[in-house]
Amino acid sequence: MKRRRLASQSEALKLDGEQVRLVWKLLNLPHGIEIDLCNQRFWFVTMESQLRVIEQSFTIRYSTRAHEALDEIPDSFTITDPYISGHPIVYASRGFLKMSGYSRDEVIGKNGRVFQGPNTSRRSVMEIREAIREERNLQISIVNYRKDGTPFWMLFHLCPVFAKEDGRVMNFVGVQVPIMRKPRRSGSEFARNGVSLCEDGTGVRETLFGSCRRELCSDSVVGLSRILDLKSVLGVDDAELVDEPCKATDIEQRKATTAMNKILSVLTHYSELTGRLVCWKRCCFSGMGPLGASLNISLGRIKQSFVLTDPHLPDMPIVYASDAFLKLTGYTRQEALGQNCRFLSGPDTDCSVQYQIKESIRTEQGCTVCILNYRKDTSSFWNFLHISPVRNASGKIAYFVGVQIESSCTNQDKQKLSPDRRQLSVVAAVKVAVRGSSMGASTSKS
Amino acid sequence: MFVITTKALVVDGIALETAAYLCLTVAVSKLHLYEFKKDEDVSVENSTVTFCAEGSPLSFLSNLLMGMWEERMRRGLFRYDVTICETKVIPGKYGFIAQLNEGRHLKKRPTEFRVDQVLQPFDESKFNFTKVGQEEVLFRFEPGDIDKSHFFPCSPVDVDTNSPNVVAINVSPIEYGHVLLIPHVLDHLPQRIDHESFFLALHLAKEAADPFFRIGYNSLGAFATINHLHFQAYYLSVCFPIEKAPTRIVMTGKGLHDRRVMVSQLLNYPVRGLVFEGGNSARDLSDAVASSCICLQTHNIAFNVLISDCGKRIYLFPQFRDSSLIITPSCSHLAYAPLKNLNHIPSSLIINILAINFKKSHLAECYAEKQALGQVSQELLDTQVNPAVWEISGHMVLKRRKDYEEASEESAWRLLAEVAVSEQRFQEVKALISESAGLQDGLEGNGMDGEEDIHKPLANQVPSCFHKDCLVLQ
Repeated sequence: MKRRRLASQSEALKLDGEQVRLVWKLLNLPHGIEIDLCNQRFWFVTMESQLRVIEQSFTIRYSTRAHEALDEIPDSFTITDPYISGHPIVYASRGFLKMSGYSRDEVIGKNGRVFQGPNTSRRSVMEIREAIREERNLQISIVNYRKDGTPFWMLFHLCPVFAKEDGRVMNFVGVQVPIMRKPRRSGSEFARNGVSLCEDGTGVRETLFGSCRRELCSDSVVGLSRILDLKSVLGVDDAELVDEPCKATDIEQRKATTAMNKILSVLTHYSELTGRLVCWKRCCFSGMGPLGASLNISLGRIKQSFVLTDPHLPDMPIVYASDAFLKLTGYTRQEALGQNCRFLSGPDTDCSVQYQIKESIRTEQGCTVCILNYRKDTSSFWNFLHISPVRNASGKIAYFVGVQIESSCTNQDKQKLSPDRRQLSVVAAVKVAVRGSSMGASTSKS
Repeated sequence: MFVITTKALVVDGIALETAAYLCLTVAVSKLHLYEFKKDEDVSVENSTVTFCAEGSPLSFLSNLLMGMWEERMRRGLFRYDVTICETKVIPGKYGFIAQLNEGRHLKKRPTEFRVDQVLQPFDESKFNFTKVGQEEVLFRFEPGDIDKSHFFPCSPVDVDTNSPNVVAINVSPIEYGHVLLIPHVLDHLPQRIDHESFFLALHLAKEAADPFFRIGYNSLGAFATINHLHFQAYYLSVCFPIEKAPTRIVMTGKGLHDRRVMVSQLLNYPVRGLVFEGGNSARDLSDAVASSCICLQTHNIAFNVLISDCGKRIYLFPQFRDSSLIITPSCSHLAYAPLKNLNHIPSSLIINILAINFKKSHLAECYAEKQALGQVSQELLDTQVNPAVWEISGHMVLKRRKDYEEASEESAWRLLAEVAVSEQRFQEVKALISESAGLQDGLEGNGMDGEEDIHKPLANQVPSCFHKDCLVLQ
């Protein structure tokens, strides 16, 4: 099983034989590993560990029985987790798998964009992205693609699920309702799938005008019947797809809303069992709480080891830790969040270096140091650490970012340490993410 | 007289230093080289949709560009720290973006060439990008293999055989990561679009693979201020208002139904413009836009271009030209408009000139003449905002705190409406583009109901005092 997955992944990544062998050897480690390939660094995470994270996050929140309860809902829907890097799907309903033609394994862990394709309107992609950013509901018609490559229109209903405790978005639920193509004029005969057909072809023409505008270069019905045969009108036709958004009917909208309500009540109910209550309206706004979903998603794009700390909170705790940081130090996210970074220090850590860090932060400067840190399993490593202040949209310092590189730290003149370019790129990416996410009038969190 | 000063020069409203720089041709022997993969022939379908999304990992190019930019910041190469500048999204339907940048405009100077001609020859004596410091250049951006991109740090530059395309920092940045893409920097290309250079810009957008990294272009006469071919780009991780504007398909390119370039018109936006997307390949899309730009250039229509959505959506805005603007057939050389011809300068460009010693009385003359045509509001002039590509897209940099505090969707709308072309003019532009870029009219269906056309139609009266063999542009 592992070997097969590795083969398909390495094909996609174009690894050569040597690299594949190396990866295979390293696969036996419980953690993911970092590989340098063609001047690029990417994070290779084993399928198993990613799925484990996903399973765990869902179970912790809703309990294993929630799975079964959701399985009983026949509609097509998916649940995503914005706090996992890549904003992946963590649950997919039977109805979704049936509609899309994928198996559960192929869907869990993927981001929703994999179901989009060339005919998906860029604008609709943007609208979904903005709704996620702004943590709000959305109903939108969009083209998606099945596993066999066929496109189809659907009404996509997005809804955030908030933690009752602190108002954070825990998950996004997406309901998909396929849209039937319908003619604009009422009173025509309806064929089985809702397409109106009339003897003289005018019904077809109405449909075509409504749905395939660009296909037509002439008004002539004769011309139309030459270009399009009924099969392409009745079936899924590429021609239909590149047009103006296909509006969903009231029935379809109601179907989406009903399904959403069902799902949300299941999630609410089961979250009560685990004590991690959720609700579908934000119940509280915690001003200086954890980072919003949008910032989390943006930070999740950065694959290096880094943390964000908040100097405005007591003892400057970690408010974000990247997956790579967790891998490096061996801690889980729950263990790292809320801690001050000194929790990585240990018996042989140089106090003067710690002091240097503290001073730099106090004077709102950056610094680069080499410090001995300890993992959860108490093994030590040299941390080539770069710290930099990060401002938000107000222009004031909102966070400090710390970027870790595990290195030997020998032969380094401690006076002249300059940050590695990789560290600078992390700082830059964090700066862009924090600035953008704190600009919005409508975003609730900075 | 335009003030021609070589002290400080402006790139699209941003001052650059000119004092004592090493010439690029002599000093540079090595530059970082990024070779992007040329996937001209790869159809849109094959190119993965897994990149260019908010959740996907940052691309190598993005990491490289941002890292180098941050490093230049540490070295103190920028005039100011743009991250200290307050910025916000103005509440409203579109979410216009305002930034308070009080320091940036202090060394602003007017442009060094006449502003009523979109095509002008390169002038060596004026500032150009071969005169920037070597440390401002980040890397070369060249086409490479078909299937893979490569990065070569400190690659030797052989300036004799090929003039490098470079990415350089903008020392007075509008936002984080503000860079300039200068195709064939040593060839001294003037500021005009051609197919190759536009495709290069599109590739930069694709390689960066970040929906928040957008590339802009201002033609001469649309607030470009350096007549040396360049594109600008920066990172801003919010949605631009222009990207939210609804559109309606008006033209399509040739080819298979669902693989054609699609051209839409912006609806419900203060500025009229076209949106290009689709195409069988990136090349198709690039060529459609480039051909349209070339067409506008040839007809002396100033315009701005915004490449967004990782190169998948490209906006083209023709700019408002004052009706009293005159182009005579003999205007082919660089010339400076004498004072008495001030009324020939488009009202919107007076903003540039106002920065230096023009008396209000001149303004009054202009206003009197243009009363039938445009309303150049005092309010607009006072803000000294030039509606170039970023402003039109919805990102406004304001110099005065008062304007920043009071910024509203209405004021932004009004500002942009000043440079909007009239409906009639826009239809003419569309027809021109349709012909030259080989696009055919799509059916303007009855689909979009209730789109209010909020553009104020400008009055069509043309003063009759102009010489009859002058082309009067409306």
